[in-house]
Amino acid sequence: MSYAGGGVPVLEVRGVTKAFGEREVLRGIDLTVGEHRAVALIGASGSGKSTLLRCIDLLEEVDDGDVFLDGETITDPAVEPVAVRRRLGLVFQAYNLFPHMTALQNVVLGEMRAHGIGRGEAEERGRALLARFGLAGREDDRPDELSGGQQQRVAIARAFSGRPRALLLDEVTSALDPELVGEVLAAVRDLKAEGMTMVIATHEMSFAREVADEVAFLHDGRIFEQGPPEQVLSEPKQPETKRFLARLLEAGRI
Amino acid sequence: MASTALVLGGLAAWVLTSPGWPVVRETFFSWTVFRDSFPEVLEGFWLDVKLFIVVEAVVLLVGLAIALVRTSRAPALFPLRLLGTAYVDLFRGFPTIILVVLVGFGVPALRLEGLPTDPIVLGGIALTLSYSAYVAEVYRAGIASVHRGQRDAALAIGLSDRQATRHVILPQAVRRVAPPLLNDFVALQKDVALVSILGPLEAFRIAQIVEAETFNFTPLIAAALLYLAVTIPLARVVDRIGGGPEGAVR
Repeated sequence: MSYAGGGVPVLEVRGVTKAFGEREVLRGIDLTVGEHRAVALIGASGSGKSTLLRCIDLLEEVDDGDVFLDGETITDPAVEPVAVRRRLGLVFQAYNLFPHMTALQNVVLGEMRAHGIGRGEAEERGRALLARFGLAGREDDRPDELSGGQQQRVAIARAFSGRPRALLLDEVTSALDPELVGEVLAAVRDLKAEGMTMVIATHEMSFAREVADEVAFLHDGRIFEQGPPEQVLSEPKQPETKRFLARLLEAGRI
Repeated sequence: MASTALVLGGLAAWVLTSPGWPVVRETFFSWTVFRDSFPEVLEGFWLDVKLFIVVEAVVLLVGLAIALVRTSRAPALFPLRLLGTAYVDLFRGFPTIILVVLVGFGVPALRLEGLPTDPIVLGGIALTLSYSAYVAEVYRAGIASVHRGQRDAALAIGLSDRQATRHVILPQAVRRVAPPLLNDFVALQKDVALVSILGPLEAFRIAQIVEAETFNFTPLIAAALLYLAVTIPLARVVDRIGGGPEGAVR
């Protein structure tokens, strides 16, 4: 299986650049994510992983280049960003749950307000989703009554509730205590198994190896290397990738 | 505890044994004057309460509208944002009492058709102008205190900017600023007495009239007690809301 192909492209990123003031964060990103495929974005903090995901979800405006979702140029100024975001899901590193709402309310808000689903149906689906991610019985708990791992699973259920075409995961385990990482990764694995198209920014190399069909190494705002996990993580071609992996090894992160 | 009681007891003894105390007791704390003036003062106080409720409701809406304009980032709203800033600078900068006089005597002097001439309405407008500016700033602080990730998350699930504000940002912002907001309620509740300058017979004005007739200040004490009867329960509400988990900043 060729790493660039693998089904119809759901997401395509072409020549995307993004600068915050003088600081160039993305310097020309090209990336294709085929349907049912998971692409892991790896790279040091500050390499642009989060910014890339935010650009895809139109939370940041790209300076140059284009993003396509199912062939449509979503970065076109004429495209309504709200409609695009309804077709994508984004999970944040810090969960970003709504603290004034229960777990169930967090999950159904988008269904009801963005997708116009009635309360009864939305809640039924929301309960099923929470149960699926091991949160049956916690529907009425507020975020501050849940552990970090539970909060992140609620956040995943929330992002998934709008039946997105693709899920964008932004270092979803980085804020968690080590013993809680497993349960969140299990939720992602579960979504992968059902064929969810995903872009996963992560520091968990073993997880990238296990779940991702492809790994893309971001460095200095560019994708330096992209390919199947076993190739990029075990036999990297680029010196920058080798250096990054060596540093992770030193830090005991692999 | 014991030392506090000692200090307070000493202070009380010091006042009660002062040479002027019998006169002060008679002119400030006369039971007969209190009994005779209380119904009248109470009647005036109802006007204060009604005015307070109406002004407060309008202030909450106007203040919110100004805060929303000032915190919006849409380039098209730039002129409105500027106007909002000017409004707050202007009306928060004025002493409320000057505003009451300017509006209360200035607007009728224009002799324009359709403008209100009722001093209660004019006084209410002056109080609204002043307090909206304060309350707008309280709301604005609350909106600014909600983490930016909350709006991101709301947008990410497909909400529009307006829906994100309404369902995610405002509920959190208002909960956080409920104590300072209620604090402004208490201040407004008292400042309603400023309308007396324009002549309406509210509690303070009536108390002053009775005082002038009887040469006795007790009616003012009666008015003060009525204000306390409203502001102290309000303060307890502030405490309760401020102490709840919802008010806690995460």
